[in-house]
Amino acid sequence: MNLELTEEQELVIAMVRRFVREEILPLEYDLDPDADELHAADRARLIEKTKAMGLYGLDIPPAFGGPDIDLVTRTLIAVEMAQHRAGLYAPCYGTFGGAGLAQLFEATDEQKEKYLYPTLRGEKRGFFGLSEPSGGSDPARAIQTKAVQDGDDWVINGGKLWISGADKAQYGLVFARTANDKGRNGVTCFIVDTSTPGFAVRRIVHTLRSAHYATELSFEDMRVPASNILGELNKGFAIANDRLTKQRIPYAAGCIGVAIKAQEMALEYVPQRETFGAPLSSRQSIQWMLVDNEIDIKQSLWITLEAAAKAERGENFRKEAAMAKLVATEAGGRVVDRCMQMFGGLGVAKDLPFERWFREMRIRRIGEGPSEVQRHVIARELLGSSLR
Amino acid sequence: MSVRLSKKWLSIDEARDLLRGNLGVFQLADAQQNTRYIGYAGGKSLFGLKGEVSAAIERLPVATFVRWEVTTSYLSRYKELLMLHYYDHGELPSDNPPAAAISLGQLRPAG
Repeated sequence: MNLELTEEQELVIAMVRRFVREEILPLEYDLDPDADELHAADRARLIEKTKAMGLYGLDIPPAFGGPDIDLVTRTLIAVEMAQHRAGLYAPCYGTFGGAGLAQLFEATDEQKEKYLYPTLRGEKRGFFGLSEPSGGSDPARAIQTKAVQDGDDWVINGGKLWISGADKAQYGLVFARTANDKGRNGVTCFIVDTSTPGFAVRRIVHTLRSAHYATELSFEDMRVPASNILGELNKGFAIANDRLTKQRIPYAAGCIGVAIKAQEMALEYVPQRETFGAPLSSRQSIQWMLVDNEIDIKQSLWITLEAAAKAERGENFRKEAAMAKLVATEAGGRVVDRCMQMFGGLGVAKDLPFERWFREMRIRRIGEGPSEVQRHVIARELLGSSLR
Repeated sequence: MSVRLSKKWLSIDEARDLLRGNLGVFQLADAQQNTRYIGYAGGKSLFGLKGEVSAAIERLPVATFVRWEVTTSYLSRYKELLMLHYYDHGELPSDNPPAAAISLGQLRPAG
């Protein structure tokens, strides 16, 4: 792997860095410290800018109008986009656009017309409904939501938990058990309109994130046409698994971006802050924290870029993606924690972003598969069929 | 935690002595205990709930009763209370900004 950035990568990164510092950071001074949305006018203005930069819809494949940027560069961009207060869960407040639900790129033409294209045009939103109250770490076995065929329709009963954005979505991908198999075979992915009778967002689930909440859903005799099956009957878990693996790279990149920003702030602060007649930067205990931060950041970055490079080459990157997610979320937590320690009282106040990063970074070790599951995935890749 | 804010309404005078500088959400009601405004005290609020409730009362002379909930999840709880009010009444409290301005979702709570 070539560790040197290309001239083009350097230019793109500089452009995004400037955007974050000149456009995003000034707006954050006036927002609530936990905010995850910009004022509508600011958001619209900044989307025009990212479009003019040629960076809108980064994760949309070129065939669907995306800017055709390779995954390594997109990962580097994701690291930059996270370097502000809301950066972990609302990088640049969504002004670079999203791919929507990437699984829809594999949908039928009819499904694309109804769901994918309106999503790419910003007219519809979707949610990803996999986790259930019975567990999210082992979704294949935990799924208890059932779909039963009735003529040309499927009738779905059950519920989902920890689902982001369902209250604002017009549709979602809902994974339900369609066969007696208790494992991966027998799960089907349905595209469900949220206006379907029987669909309900029951409550908001309040977590350490104050703004970016999750929801709990219930499905009662929810009738979905068979034409809304995404992919193949009983093969839906492959769709979920593919998404989980791919999502680990940007998830890791966000943690690295925040860690870089926290370290940058600490490096600026410790030479200025004096205790007992000398700057903090002269204390070995502080120096070692900065050193450990730097090592955590570099390790995470290279592992994540390696995962992105393998994915870009079309190789199996499951192990590397799990390693990136594991290492970056844990390292990010350590870096933010050390920086809070260096800032003392200021570090825990809402005046600075550390307390928000600290709370949100804690979720990252659980969300999208906890650290223990990532280790399990890595072990499975290492041991293969010998693992029982 | 109850989904709806179910704490007892207090008169404004009673509340003044009890409110502190915490983060949280609150509701103001008129003399008939109809909710007229839902607000929150966040990270930028001077004097937390005490400051935000006082300021809201100044803006809303009809406010007669108040109730609140201390929570660090003030933004998600604030949106939840607005969505619940919308579900129950088909509109937001009369003194809150229109729904579109704060990009609300839709809840359909059980019970």
